[in-house]
Amino acid sequence: MAFGPHLLLAALEGLVTSAVLALMALGLSLVFGVMRVVNVAHGEFYMLGAVVAWWVSSLVSGHPALGFLAALVISPLVVGAVALAAERLVLRRLNYNPEATIVATIGLLYILQQLALTFYGPDARPVAAPFSYRVVFPWFGYSGYKLAVIGASVVLLLVTWFVLMRTRLGLVMRATQYDRETAQAFAIPVDRVYAGVFALGAMLAAIAAVLIVPISQAHYLMGLDPLLLSFIVVIIGGLGSLRGTLVAAVLIGLSDGIISAFFQPTLAKMIATLLVALVLVFRPTGLFGTAAR
Amino acid sequence: MTEALTIRGLHCGYGGVPVLHGVDLDLARGEVLCVLGRNGAGKTTLLKAIMGLVPATAGSICLGGTELIGLAAHQVPKAGVAYVPQGRRLFAELTVADNIEIGLMARGRGAATRDSVLDLFPVLRERLGQRSGTLSGGEQQMLAMARALCLEPEVLLLDEPTEGLMPSMIGRIRDTVSALRGRGVSTILVEQRVDAVLSVADRVLFVENGRSRGTIGVEDLRADPAVVRRYVGVG
Repeated sequence: MAFGPHLLLAALEGLVTSAVLALMALGLSLVFGVMRVVNVAHGEFYMLGAVVAWWVSSLVSGHPALGFLAALVISPLVVGAVALAAERLVLRRLNYNPEATIVATIGLLYILQQLALTFYGPDARPVAAPFSYRVVFPWFGYSGYKLAVIGASVVLLLVTWFVLMRTRLGLVMRATQYDRETAQAFAIPVDRVYAGVFALGAMLAAIAAVLIVPISQAHYLMGLDPLLLSFIVVIIGGLGSLRGTLVAAVLIGLSDGIISAFFQPTLAKMIATLLVALVLVFRPTGLFGTAAR
Repeated sequence: MTEALTIRGLHCGYGGVPVLHGVDLDLARGEVLCVLGRNGAGKTTLLKAIMGLVPATAGSICLGGTELIGLAAHQVPKAGVAYVPQGRRLFAELTVADNIEIGLMARGRGAATRDSVLDLFPVLRERLGQRSGTLSGGEQQMLAMARALCLEPEVLLLDEPTEGLMPSMIGRIRDTVSALRGRGVSTILVEQRVDAVLSVADRVLFVENGRSRGTIGVEDLRADPAVVRRYVGVG
């Protein structure tokens, strides 16, 4: 294949990574931004989303689209409920202490991982894509589903942006993020906002997982890489900055796709990590972040 | 005279360290009560305790017929207490309009309230789309008061509203407090300096070392400024 088409293919693969990464990193960023909780278990919510998606789709017979759509609805709800329980039973009792919640979410990571290993097993299992249409370019054919993933991610990101910036619910979340105490003095039930944001963050990871699972299979260790990439994205983009998270996700996803295609996947990870180091040295608040007050 | 807010034997502290040990306070309906005391006397803690932001360990805080102690912090504003914190504490990243919207949402008030509050601070009307952190100090103070007034509160708590403002702005803030009294809002005004309150307060409550030391009318205070030294040792 000539260089141009090869680059196009690599860029498309990168965009698929970006699309999923953006959703997941957005969840991580929301939880940190509003609650100041570094959720190390975020990758396990993603894994759980994929495993539940496999489970749901395996129960539904008929056209693969039916199972997939059922998974797209049920999986985020199940994961959201698990996150809500974890928030009420663990994080709230720690009073959202930054250090304690890191340790607690590390514990949650292992609990979820081992539960998945026990009940789901060590195998990687696929979910059938809802459709198998191939888009034919002059040089190669490309999975229509992968393009649909990019589209779905863009739509979901727009919806999230709209909710955050244009609705009262979003206003309440942003007010809580900027000043928890003053938010309470204006009748904002910070406690409930926290619970909702934590569940929402986990649900975004679950949706990302349902979208990816027809492309790469569900496995009990699948949460680790996306977790690291999400942290990289959030640090580069600037914590709490929606725009920064998106820009960084596209940047990291594209560079991952292109560098992996032309050189080595390991090199792509090295460059991403180097980027994080450089950002932390020269712009600790991230590309679009503002200093925490 | 009916009482808007009554506090009896209030004790509270931060993480086991007591700050207030026995504060009594009576706020009559429609009056401006100034709380005066030195740095660290517990004035700000008193306001935070009323808001439920610092948990009380003993005593009672009665708003009309409602006991506020035991309410969650986010339920106190719904009961009718609005708070203008020290240092204003605006949602600096949000616009002026958003800050006002948050005030309105607290007790479900609508466009009529918004208009009447903006009439009180016309300058804010021109700045609705501006990020509130970029306002001048005086405008920020006005916005902090506007945001609180959007609750249409029965009781308004003002924590050093004139701190760090230039004299002309201090005058305007005082005028606003007087105008609010005209509208029947009962106000607790925390200040450090006597001269800052003589023109607006009806009565002055002295606080020292976390205890209330007594209340005197502002006329008596004006007649004999030395009385302040007797209460709290500040001039």
